[in-house]
Amino acid sequence: MPTFVYMTRCDGCGYCVDICPSDIMHIDTTYRRAYNIEPNMCWECYSCVKSCPQHAIDCRGYSDFAPMGHSVRALREEEKGTISWKIKFRDGREKNFVSPIRTTPWGSIKSPSDYAAPSQAAFKAQELAHEPEALNIGKLPALTPDRLKQGVV
Amino acid sequence: MARRKTVFVDSDILVIGGGMAGCGATYESRYWGRDLKVVCVEKANIERSGAVAQGLYAINCYMGMQWGENQPEDHVRYARNDLMGLVREDLGYDIARHVDATVHKFEEWGLPIMRDPKTGRYQREGKWQIMIHGESYKPIVAEAARKAATQVYNRIMVTHLLMDKTKPNRVAGAVGFNVRTGDFHVFRAKAVIVSAGGASHIFKPRAAGEGMGRTWYAPWSSASAYALPILVGAKMTQMENRIVLTRFKDGYGPVGAYFLHLKTYTQNAYGEDYEAKWRDSIKALVGDYVDRHPVPTCLRNHAFLEEVKAGGGPIRMVTKEAFQDPHKETVGWENFLGMTIGQAVVWASQNIDPKHINPELTTSEPYVMGSHATCSGAWASGPEDYAPAEYQWGYNRMMTVEGLFGAGDTIGGTAHKFSSGSFTEGRIAGKAAVNYVNDLGSEQPQYNDAECEDLRKAIFQPLENYKLGRVEIVAGTVSPSYLLPLHGLQRLEKIMDEYVGGISSHYTTNEPMLTRGLELLGMLKEDMAHLGAEDLHQLQRAWELHHRVLASECVTQHTMFRQETRWPGYYYRADHPKLDDADWHCFTLSQYDRDSGKWAMEKAPVYHIVD
Repeated sequence: MPTFVYMTRCDGCGYCVDICPSDIMHIDTTYRRAYNIEPNMCWECYSCVKSCPQHAIDCRGYSDFAPMGHSVRALREEEKGTISWKIKFRDGREKNFVSPIRTTPWGSIKSPSDYAAPSQAAFKAQELAHEPEALNIGKLPALTPDRLKQGVV
Repeated sequence: MARRKTVFVDSDILVIGGGMAGCGATYESRYWGRDLKVVCVEKANIERSGAVAQGLYAINCYMGMQWGENQPEDHVRYARNDLMGLVREDLGYDIARHVDATVHKFEEWGLPIMRDPKTGRYQREGKWQIMIHGESYKPIVAEAARKAATQVYNRIMVTHLLMDKTKPNRVAGAVGFNVRTGDFHVFRAKAVIVSAGGASHIFKPRAAGEGMGRTWYAPWSSASAYALPILVGAKMTQMENRIVLTRFKDGYGPVGAYFLHLKTYTQNAYGEDYEAKWRDSIKALVGDYVDRHPVPTCLRNHAFLEEVKAGGGPIRMVTKEAFQDPHKETVGWENFLGMTIGQAVVWASQNIDPKHINPELTTSEPYVMGSHATCSGAWASGPEDYAPAEYQWGYNRMMTVEGLFGAGDTIGGTAHKFSSGSFTEGRIAGKAAVNYVNDLGSEQPQYNDAECEDLRKAIFQPLENYKLGRVEIVAGTVSPSYLLPLHGLQRLEKIMDEYVGGISSHYTTNEPMLTRGLELLGMLKEDMAHLGAEDLHQLQRAWELHHRVLASECVTQHTMFRQETRWPGYYYRADHPKLDDADWHCFTLSQYDRDSGKWAMEKAPVYHIVD
């Protein structure tokens, strides 16, 4: 379902242009609204759909194999921390789902440089940042060179 | 047109690609390199880039060491078994011993990980997989990377690495262009970490119209993970080990949760269990590998393909029973909405409700990548504390080019990393790169100005080609002077499909086919000088194609070199139809010489954890 944009809802803000991983949402120079310039390079990832403040972007299943009359809509609410989905079948049946998306406030992750600086000895040891504590097992496991041998197993 | 701007960026560590691996590399580089300049460059926008852009419903690599569920050795044996004996066990163990810490950080950062209400542990989907509500998995991880980086550059397509003029075989940085402004970017760095994407769209996909976008792996994974190191002479390994996915038809929706958590199963068109039927024929090809548990992914594909060829298709997933349970039905749908929305659309459009209809499965076209049930990528130095001497020449995850590190799809031999393992490998590479930079001291690699200028001309040439050629013709897409990126892509996909083991030949090739494929790829490579790009977006497509073509040539060379069929179900060498441990229980390595365009091939030993 490559994405498409409803003319009367889009206000040309460019959020979809900014987010599209495939670089295929562009602003039409005549109408100053967004559109999908390359539907055959659209992965239906819904990044643009979720980002659109006007809910102007929808999808229509790929013409190669998707009969018409269906719809899959998404509503991502960052402040509520949820994503809601409404699936409509070609024959009119509906299914609705809601899932959490995050358990902490946006922007709350600490920079790695906000943690205490590692000791000089730690640089040439095998532990990575926050280890061994973050492993919850006390000590980083290790192999010894003699345990690796050539041959068929 | 005004002369375009050149933007110079100096850094200590340059991370190319801001997906899972790149975010891990950026985060760890900052933890160890408090005063270093850490720059992350991304072709799209790191908020939603890479394979996890649309989310994930499971983390497929988690040991659960805190609950005694698995040990790193267990994961190594699992990956080895799935890849028919050939993985870099030293690298795999390294990821497995660190990966739990990564996942615990993800949860602390705000990723909702489901819990088993009875035990309080993470909800297991299978032995290695845990279930998450991962719609915002990538935005959460990107936030951590943004907090860590000195600067993140979005919308810059890196096209080439730069080499040091003062010391041969040492990296000095990278060049690329801004796909919005058209500025030329020159990144000078002491260490470079390549964490770009593997390759979709090198083999012809099953849908050739609008639907070509609905590939299993993201269409923006354009083989930069391979082309960048290949071009500067880094050794590559297991590039023949392409992967074919058995998935729900047309949408390529994942089957893992269905098999493992929902306990659904497959049957042929007549309601029969077909897998057992093909066991003896598989045994004739690969011997005892068929008796291993779990049965390797490629061998299950093989049984599927044989059944279809024998007229037992379509193969279906039996969902009607499981979906009577409302909880399981919800899991089944949310599984797609969390990571493969397109499958939900296909089912809605075709009135497929798995409660009433058992949906069809199919096998995808082949992909080349390094993080799923396959392990193509660069040959890298192993962990300092235990890697065998032949696997160790410097810093962990450093390639055979000095100062050039990799993670995720980029690094070969480490299958079954998935999202958490890729981020973890990024962390491993990040720490190693900091050590490298600290040991380097004030010595700054210097790129060659003339080479940089040549690359600037080459990068923007497709815009010139188009401008000149366009005035020759009235309108339309047919020009005698230039080739559009889509034309080149479709030619590449056709060559790879027909000669290198794509869907149209049932994944089968042989030496004469590969030889012919290389001839045609050679002509395509020559024609690449005539690519025409109408605008900056098409210029991005042009360079994605350059990367795909070079990676495809590497895949073809490796497929030619390995004279056996190691992974039936991924591809077949009809002239060497059996697994051959006597001659081929080894890694294949290639090295490209960009001056001559020649490939040097060699074998490298496989080391196993013996007990």
